[in-house]
Amino acid sequence: MRAPSPLLRSLRPNTVALPYRRLPLRPSTTITSPRLLSRSIANYTHPHHASAISVLPTAVDTTSSDFQENARQMEELLDRMASLHGTISQGGPQKAKDKHLARGKMLPRDRVSALIDPGTSFLELSPLAGHEVYGEDVPAGGIITGIGTVEGVNCMIVANDSTVKGGTYYPITVKKHLRAQAIAQENKLPCIYLVDSGGANLPHQADVFPDRDHFGRIFFNQARMSSLGIPQIAVVMGPCTAGGAYVPAMSDETIIVENQGTIFLAGPPLVKAATGEVVSAEDLGGGHLHSTISGVTDYLAVDDAHAIVLARRSISNLNYPQTHLPSTPGSLSNAAAAPTATTIKEPLYDPSELNGIVGTNLRRQIPAHEVIARIVDGSEFAEFKRDYGTTLVTGFARIYGHQVGIVANNGILFSESSLKGAHFIELCAQRGIPLVFLQNISGFMVGADAEKGGIAKNGAKLVTAVACADVPKFTVVFGSSAGAGNYGMCGRAYSPRFLFMWPNAKIGVMGSEQLSAVMEAVGRSADPDLKARIDRESEAVFSSARLWDDGVIPPAQTRQFLGLGLAAAVGGKVDADVRTRFGVFRM
Amino acid sequence: MTLSALLRTTSRLGPTAVRRARRAASTLPANASTTQRSLDSILIANRGEIALRVGRTAAQHGIRVTTLYTDPDSKAQHALSSPFAYNLGSVSAYLDGDRIIEIAKREGCQGIHPGYGFLSENSAFARKCTEAGLVFIGPPWKAIEDMGDKSQSKNIMTAAGVPCVPGYHGENQDADFLEAEADRIKYPVLIKAVKGGGGKGMRIAHSKADFQAQLQSAKSEAMSSFGDDHVLVEKYITTPRHIEVQVFADKHGNCVALGERDCSIQRRHQKILEESPAPHLPDATRKDIWAKARSAALAVGYEGAGTVEFIFDNDSGEFFFMEMNTRLQVEHPVTEMVTGQDLVHWQIKVAEGAPLPLTQDEVEAYMATSGHAIEARIYAENPDQGFIPDSGTLLHVRTPAATEDVRIDAGFVAGDEVSAHYDPMIAKLIVRGATREEAIRKLAAALEEYEIAGPITNIEFLKTICRSSDFISGDVETGYIDKHRAELFPAKTIDPEVLAQVALACLQRDASLASRVQASFEGSGIGFSPGYQAHQVSFADLTPGAKDDSRHEVRIQQTGDSTYNVTVQGVVFEQVVSHDNSNSNIVTSFFPHTRLDTTVIRDGDTIIAFQKGTQYRLTIPPAKWMEKALGMKDVKNSVLAPMPCKVLRVEVAAGDTVEKDQPLVVIESMKMETVIRSPHKGVIAKVVHQKGDQCKSGTPLVEFAEESGGE
Repeated sequence: MRAPSPLLRSLRPNTVALPYRRLPLRPSTTITSPRLLSRSIANYTHPHHASAISVLPTAVDTTSSDFQENARQMEELLDRMASLHGTISQGGPQKAKDKHLARGKMLPRDRVSALIDPGTSFLELSPLAGHEVYGEDVPAGGIITGIGTVEGVNCMIVANDSTVKGGTYYPITVKKHLRAQAIAQENKLPCIYLVDSGGANLPHQADVFPDRDHFGRIFFNQARMSSLGIPQIAVVMGPCTAGGAYVPAMSDETIIVENQGTIFLAGPPLVKAATGEVVSAEDLGGGHLHSTISGVTDYLAVDDAHAIVLARRSISNLNYPQTHLPSTPGSLSNAAAAPTATTIKEPLYDPSELNGIVGTNLRRQIPAHEVIARIVDGSEFAEFKRDYGTTLVTGFARIYGHQVGIVANNGILFSESSLKGAHFIELCAQRGIPLVFLQNISGFMVGADAEKGGIAKNGAKLVTAVACADVPKFTVVFGSSAGAGNYGMCGRAYSPRFLFMWPNAKIGVMGSEQLSAVMEAVGRSADPDLKARIDRESEAVFSSARLWDDGVIPPAQTRQFLGLGLAAAVGGKVDADVRTRFGVFRM
Repeated sequence: MTLSALLRTTSRLGPTAVRRARRAASTLPANASTTQRSLDSILIANRGEIALRVGRTAAQHGIRVTTLYTDPDSKAQHALSSPFAYNLGSVSAYLDGDRIIEIAKREGCQGIHPGYGFLSENSAFARKCTEAGLVFIGPPWKAIEDMGDKSQSKNIMTAAGVPCVPGYHGENQDADFLEAEADRIKYPVLIKAVKGGGGKGMRIAHSKADFQAQLQSAKSEAMSSFGDDHVLVEKYITTPRHIEVQVFADKHGNCVALGERDCSIQRRHQKILEESPAPHLPDATRKDIWAKARSAALAVGYEGAGTVEFIFDNDSGEFFFMEMNTRLQVEHPVTEMVTGQDLVHWQIKVAEGAPLPLTQDEVEAYMATSGHAIEARIYAENPDQGFIPDSGTLLHVRTPAATEDVRIDAGFVAGDEVSAHYDPMIAKLIVRGATREEAIRKLAAALEEYEIAGPITNIEFLKTICRSSDFISGDVETGYIDKHRAELFPAKTIDPEVLAQVALACLQRDASLASRVQASFEGSGIGFSPGYQAHQVSFADLTPGAKDDSRHEVRIQQTGDSTYNVTVQGVVFEQVVSHDNSNSNIVTSFFPHTRLDTTVIRDGDTIIAFQKGTQYRLTIPPAKWMEKALGMKDVKNSVLAPMPCKVLRVEVAAGDTVEKDQPLVVIESMKMETVIRSPHKGVIAKVVHQKGDQCKSGTPLVEFAEESGGE
C-alpha cells in the first residue's frame, strides 16, 4: 500500500493531506460511489510545478548582432584586465624576486598557496591597489590580502610582498591592510599575517603614520579583534622593525623563521647610532633569540614551508567553526542535511552570456532580470512587488544555497521604487536574510513631478533602510554608480561586507558630460581636459587602485564572488540574533 | 538429517562411540585393501592457501573441517574458514605433531590432511597418526621413509629400472679409477668435493682430455677449503630442466600418471612458474617418463598423491630420477586444470580405501583435449634484491575475475598480514589455454589485472617473464633467470602520465580531507588574477630497476572544479578533468589525449600505483625542513635492514674501517641467511643491533661515521 501513515504525512509540508481516513477501508478495486465525492478536493501541485513560477525566463538572443558586438567589446576589456592582473601578480622586479628566492624564501603568492587548503579558492581582495597611483610600480600595493580556507576555517590572510619596495608600507598598503582587518572583524575571520616588511615607507611617512586610519590602526585592530575572540596569528618570514614589530608582538600566536625573520624596535644601524652597541640582526631579534630568550615568538621554523605547516596547525587548534554551506531551517545541528555541491542548482543560463548582455556602453539599459538569472541558484527568483516600482527589482533567491534578498536597479529610482526597496530591505532585516545590491544607477529621478511626489523623503527612506539594515550586505556595481543612487544602493559609505565592480562599471557624482555641463552652467571657464579626467577617474580600475571597492571582477564570476563572500559572512562564526533598529522613516 | 551428520553427532556424544570409531580406524591398515571407510570429519594440519584449498573440497563433499592456527595466524583466512578452529600457540607449532593428533582425536576427526610442507613428509608423524587410529591422508609412512632417504630411494629406483643420474659416490679416490668412472658416465662430468658447498671444490670436465687437470684443481681446492679432498663424480647436465610427473596410487594396486609438469623457471632453487604439459617433449619421451614414474611409485608401494621429480637433459633428451615428493604439491592445480580432476578429492577417496576414479587411458583421453595450463606463484618478495622475501599488510588486493580458465588459490585477502614467520607465498594464479601460447597470453593478461599493494611482490617480474621470447617459445631450463638476467631486469622508466595521476590522487585526497563542503567552483582561480592553487609535488621512484634517487617533480595548477593543468617531465597536460573515487582508490582522469584509470594506494610515504597493467612504486621524499625540524637522522650514512629479520652475526665493530662489499651483518629472515655488505668504504660509527635482535624492515643496522672515504 502506498498510502503513508498519518504521522509521516503530517511531516511532509508540501503534500496536501488527502482524506484517506474518511474513506471506508475497502479493497482498492471497489468502485467508490460518486455520492462520497460530492465534496470538492484540492488538486495536488507537484513541487516542480510550484518552483516553476520562480524560474526567470530569458529573452537573450545570443545570435543577434547587438549581443555579439557587446560580447566582443566586453571580452576585449576582460582581456585587458586579465593581462593587467597577470602583470601585477608577478610581484616586484625580477632582480628582487631572484634575491628573495636565493635566500631560500618563498614568494608571497606561493606562501599563500601553501597556506590554504588544496582544492579551495582564494578570494583575493583589491589586487589593483596602488595601480598608477604613485608614479612608480607598486604591484598590488605591496601586500596580498584575501580570504582563504585553512584547515577548513575561513581566514583573512595578509601577506607582505617584500619583492615590492622591500615590502614597505605606502599609504595604499596601509589602507589595504586596514581594509582586510575591517573585513576580518565584520565577518569574524581569524587573521594570518605573513610578515615580511621593512615597515613604513619613509618618504610617504606623513601619509602613513599620523592619522587615525594609518599605521597605528593596524595594532589597534589586532588588539580589538583579539578582544572579540577573533584569533590573530603572525608568521614572521622577514624583518619586522620598529612599529612592524608590533604585528607579531600583538598576535595571539607567533611563528618565526630562523635566520630569516627578525623582530626588533630598532635595527642594528640605529642601535649603533643610538648606543654604539654593535650587534647582528639575528642576535638582536632573530628567531632563536625570540623563541628561546625573549619569548616574543612561540614557534621556531626552519624555513617558510615549515612555518606555514606550523601556522596551519595553529589554525587547526583554534576550535573555530569551519566554513560550511547553509543548512535548511530546522536542521542546523544535522550536518548531513546541509546542501552539497550536488544539491545546489547552477543557473539555467550560462553566466558568460553576461558579457554580451551588458557590453561596455552604459547608456544602454541593462535588463536586471537577465543579470539575476545568471547569478542565482537555478535562476530561481521569488520576485517581490514585481509590478510596482518596476525600476527597482526586489526578491528572494539563493546563491550556493545561501538565502539572499536581491535589490537590483532596472532604471532610475522613482518614489515608488524607493518605497518598494525600503519595504523589501525591512523584510530581509526582519528575517535576517543577507542583502545583495546589484547597482546600476544614475540617480534618483529629478524634476518637478518627482519633487512633488516627495522623492527626497522617499529616497531618504531607502537610504535609511540600507544604512540601518543589520544583515550582511553585498554590493556589485554592474553599470553606473552615480549620485545619491550610490547611497540608496549601498555604496562604499554604507559598509557592505564586500563591494565588487564589473570592469565596465563607472563611479562618480555624475557622468563626465553632465559634470562638464554643470561646471559651465555655474560659470567656471571650461577646463578642456576636465571631461577626459573625470572619465578616467570614473573607471573601475581607477576606483580599485584607490580601494574604493574590493576588486574588479569578471561579470561571469559574480556568482562565485558572492558565494565566497556569503561563505565568509555567514558560513563560519556568526553573532546570534542581531536585531536591526531602523532610524525614523520620514512619512 | 543426513546419515553422515548423524554419525558425526554420535561420535561426539558418547565415549563408547568414540572408542568404537578408534578401534575401527586402528584395524584399517590390516585389511586396507578390502575395507572402505568414509571420512566425515578431517583436520587440516596446515595453513594458508593449501588449508583453504583442502577445506574447499572437503566442504563440497560434506566433510567437516577442523583447522588449526598459531598466535600470529589467529586472524588468517584458513583459521577463519571453519567454525572448528583450534589454537596451537607458538609460531612453530604447526610442526607439533603430538598436539595435532591429540586435537584431532579430541574433536572426533577421522583423518588428518597434512597439506604440503610442515608435517606432510614426516614419516614419524604419519606413523603416529596411523597408530592413533587416524587416517593420514597421504602415502603409508613406510613409503615416505623410503623416499625420504636419498641413497635408499636411488637404490630402489635403480632396482625398479628408473634411471638415476649416473655417477660415482664411492670411496675409491684413485685418479685413473675416477677417470674410468667418468668415461663410463660420459662427458661432461661434474667433479664435486664431498664436503663442498657454495661452488668451492667443484669443477666441470668437458672431455676426457680435460679430466685430470680439473680433478687436480678440484681436489686441491677441496683440501685447502675443507681439509678433505674426497670427491664424487657425476654426470653434468648443461641445460637441465625440471620435469615432474604427478602420480596417484590406490590401496588396490592401481597407479596412474596424471601427466607431467615442467617447473624449470626457478629462483633460489624454488619454482615460480609451472606448466603442463612440458613444452617440446617428444611423445615417446613423455610416455616413457610417465611409465617410469608409475614404476617408481609402485616400487615403494605407494598410495595417494605423489610427485616423481626428474632432471631432464635438454641436450640429450635423457631424464634421470631426482626424488619423489610424497605429498600434494604446491603446483597440483596445473594438473587439475589439464585433467579436470580434483586431486584433493582423489586423496580423500584413496584414503577412504576407494579405487582410483579413472584409469590411465581415461586420464590421457581427457588430457588430449584440455590444452595447456600454467601456474604463477605470487610471492611477497623483491626480485630486484635477489628475491628476498618481504612481509607486511596487504593494503590493497584486486584479483582478475576467476573463470573456468582462470583460477586463483589465495591464502590472503586485503587487510591480511603476510607474516615474516611463514612462507611468503600470497597466492597462486593458474590459467588454462587451448595452446601454450594462449595460456601464456592469458597469464600475462591476468597478471596485469592482479594488483597487490603492501609488501613488494614478484608480479611485475612474472609479467616480464611472460614477455620473454625464449620463454614464449618454450626454451626453458632451470638456469633461465640467470641466463636472461639482462632481459628480465631492464631499467624501467616512468611515464609522465603516471606521475600526473599519482599527484592528482594525492592532491584530491588531501583536499577532501579538509572537511569542507564543495561548491562547484572550488579550487578554481577566481577573478582576473591567476589562481592560488598551484602546487609542486615531488616523488622519488621506487619502481624496481629505476635509477637511484630519481626524483620527479609534478606541477599542478587547479583551474576549476576537478580541472587541472599538469606539468611533468617537461610535458604539459592542459585541462585534465580528474575524479578520485575514495572507495576504490581509482583516479579517473580525462587527459587531452586519453583516459586513464589509475589505482593509487598511499601508505605513509610510499605510493603504489597501478596503471594499464603495470605497477609503480613511488615514495614521497621528506620536505626540506623536516630533517632539521624533526631532528631526523640522515639515513644515507646507515645500512638498513632490507626486510624484517633477526640478526644472526655482526661481523664488524664500531671504529672498524671497512671496504666496499665487506660483510657487515648476517641476518636471517624466512629461514634464509642474507649477508649485508658495506655499500662503500668507510668507518663504522655504531653497530645499532646486536646478535639475536629482531629488526623491522628499514631499521638501521650499522651507522657509518660522517665522512666516508669511499665517496
